[in-house]
Amino acid sequence: MVSPERSDGTAAVRASGHAADEERVEQMVGNLLRTGVLIAALVAFAGGVAFLAHHGASVPAYHVFRGEPTMLNTLGGVLHGVAAFDTAAIVQFGIVLLIATPVARVLLTLIAFAMRRDWMYVVISAIVLGALMFSLLGG
Amino acid sequence: MTLLQLDGLLFLGAFAAGLIGALTGLGGGAIIVPLLTLGFGVDIRYAIGASLVSVIATSSGAAAAYVKEGYTNLRVGMLLEVATTIGALSGAFVAAYVAPNVIAIIFGVVLLHAAWEGTRRHLDHIVHGTPDHLATVLKLDSTYPTAEGPEAYQVHHVPLGFGLMYVAGVLSGLLGIGSGVVKVLAMDRAMRLPFKVSTTTSNFMIGVTAAASAGLYLHRGYIEPGLALPTMLGVLCGALTGARALPGLKTRKLRLIFSVVVAAIAFEMLYNGFSGKI
Repeated sequence: MVSPERSDGTAAVRASGHAADEERVEQMVGNLLRTGVLIAALVAFAGGVAFLAHHGASVPAYHVFRGEPTMLNTLGGVLHGVAAFDTAAIVQFGIVLLIATPVARVLLTLIAFAMRRDWMYVVISAIVLGALMFSLLGG
Repeated sequence: MTLLQLDGLLFLGAFAAGLIGALTGLGGGAIIVPLLTLGFGVDIRYAIGASLVSVIATSSGAAAAYVKEGYTNLRVGMLLEVATTIGALSGAFVAAYVAPNVIAIIFGVVLLHAAWEGTRRHLDHIVHGTPDHLATVLKLDSTYPTAEGPEAYQVHHVPLGFGLMYVAGVLSGLLGIGSGVVKVLAMDRAMRLPFKVSTTTSNFMIGVTAAASAGLYLHRGYIEPGLALPTMLGVLCGALTGARALPGLKTRKLRLIFSVVVAAIAFEMLYNGFSGKI
């Protein structure tokens, strides 16, 4: 993963060449990403505190791969676990929210392209969204 | 070691990785898998799951800021995400049939390449020539903010960039990394985007790319909450601290040092892969 170079003093040089509605979409995408990560991290953290309070003293054996139980590796299983207040499932739910954040971002850009009647990019966004849904729901 | 102690140490290690990743611009995701496998003896499959989740968190967090500043090219990102998501699905699909030690060897090679790229200087080489036909049809040309106001740039070699992005996606899905180095390579050198546009658009795409394989890995049971949580929170906090700490700091020397460290980790991964220890 490469995080981008630092930006410096960008507020002052914010492009005025951008169309106003393009800039609005950028603001919305930025807010969506920030909110998604924040909520996901908070849910996972809250679940994690409870999880460690229950299981913190156990000795894990992560050097052996056993795979997760069904409750933790499907969307339905995770939701059932959350309903039953299972702490590991709450952590996993936070992680699922995190995975869903970029998916929501693609959906938002798709809607923005549709409102601009930019059909070529609606199709392009739909292909990406389809690949993501296949992975998250089907697999 | 109890789970509480392990998670505490993992958080600190991941925090350091995220911090250095943000300071050097090389990203911390690529060293998360070695940290978990070589440092904590975690199975490489759990390590890949935890790494993917961390990659989504940091890239989305950083992209939130960059997209608002107007550097990110949304069209280029959206178009190339077709290649990276399909690549990521192929990579995650293939990963199920590849032995863990082979994955470690591929990982070592990718880290060596990242270390090499980390030592290079980056110069913008904006070409003002004939517009590329395909780029015009796809409306990819745009502007980006500079100190002298918005500057226009053209996009070139779209098919080559698209192909390289597929490779980046495969590596991301196979190894659980963001593969930003390859993404930047495709946009900066093949498609001739300004460097700052390349890095921010790469970062923008990393979350979607990683999410494409994360779903498959979730179903396969690779994402263990006891490992993914401290790693994700650690990298996220480290990256945010790093991004806040250094506007304008000279990071070239740090980049060089980090490149040497990454190269050393690469050899360790290669050794463990070839000797079958992973």
